[in-house]
Amino acid sequence: MQAMARSDVQLMLDVKAGDDSSFDFLLTKYRSPLVNFLYRMVRDRATAEDLAQDVFLRVYRARKEYIPSAKFTTWLFRIATNAALNSVRDNRHQRMEVSLDTPVSEEQEASPRELPAREMRIDEHLLERDRVEFIQRAIASLPDKQRAAVLLHKYEEMDYAEIAKILDCTEAALKSLLFRAYENLRVQLAPLVSPSASPQRAAERRPS
Amino acid sequence: MNCEKVSQELVAYLDGRMDSAERRETEEHIASCAACRERAEQFRRVWTVMDEVPVIEPSFGFDARVRQRVAAEPTRAWWAWFAPQARLAFSAVLLIALTVWVAKRPSNPAGGTAASTEQDFNAIQQLGVLENYDVVTKMDALSELIPSADQKPQTPEAEPRESND
Repeated sequence: MQAMARSDVQLMLDVKAGDDSSFDFLLTKYRSPLVNFLYRMVRDRATAEDLAQDVFLRVYRARKEYIPSAKFTTWLFRIATNAALNSVRDNRHQRMEVSLDTPVSEEQEASPRELPAREMRIDEHLLERDRVEFIQRAIASLPDKQRAAVLLHKYEEMDYAEIAKILDCTEAALKSLLFRAYENLRVQLAPLVSPSASPQRAAERRPS
Repeated sequence: MNCEKVSQELVAYLDGRMDSAERRETEEHIASCAACRERAEQFRRVWTVMDEVPVIEPSFGFDARVRQRVAAEPTRAWWAWFAPQARLAFSAVLLIALTVWVAKRPSNPAGGTAASTEQDFNAIQQLGVLENYDVVTKMDALSELIPSADQKPQTPEAEPRESND
């Protein structure tokens, strides 16, 4: 209860002073947001958890040099964002190396970032699951920096100044980035968000 | 306000992070522009649709694994403060040692050799064997020393001792 009254910065300063129980409290508080953010960035649960562990370890290692110059979440998510972007870049590089040896169909060459085709489901439960999958794939199809900006804005509910610091850009550039990202999502999710959209029709209108 | 300006600020407008004057201008434009109104409405729906993505929970044992890795971190001893400067410290010690060695070296090597030669000569002079004239005269190696010994006033003491024997 005492830890709850302390701010994140104070908790981190206590970790710096040698209080490991304060680190435990930060771990409990941020493990879920961090794992979810990383999962939505890399789209692989095991990788997301590994990255989240690395992030917490980096925070712990940096405790002696910690200077509260910014919000703790800014620092934490900056580390997480960099870790995620590096991981995505490395995976993409690996996939590219593999794809050089595998034949590519004409359709894939024409639109490499298009959402993969999925078979239609009639059952309601499967329809619901496909709908969520469809949304997740739309988010995943965003360029890396746009995706990070959207996740921090929509799910972490951070203000523009904080996201701009994390992504190392100006607030004006961030607003422009967010507009482009939501515009992309509007197009990708058109079956769900257009005025005539309904869940049934959305499933029918997905790219196949 | 035009469509381009509204597009730039649309997210801030929908977030409610605009001052009242900007907000009023944006609302006026949206009321009169069907395309911007449609886009704003669809952005709102995108946000609603994104809420359908479920939140995942970290797997069982996540905390334990983090704590395990944290516990495996080496604890920093008091001397660890010096660790980052290890190379610098080593270089400094090496430099000091070199300076001391250079300072202790004799400045004139020739003088040193002369001093040691003189010491050697004195040692030879003090050898008891020099007191025995016969031995000295028979040793070719020491024969050269005899004239110098004769020149010195204290060496004649050897002769009376020999005569006594």
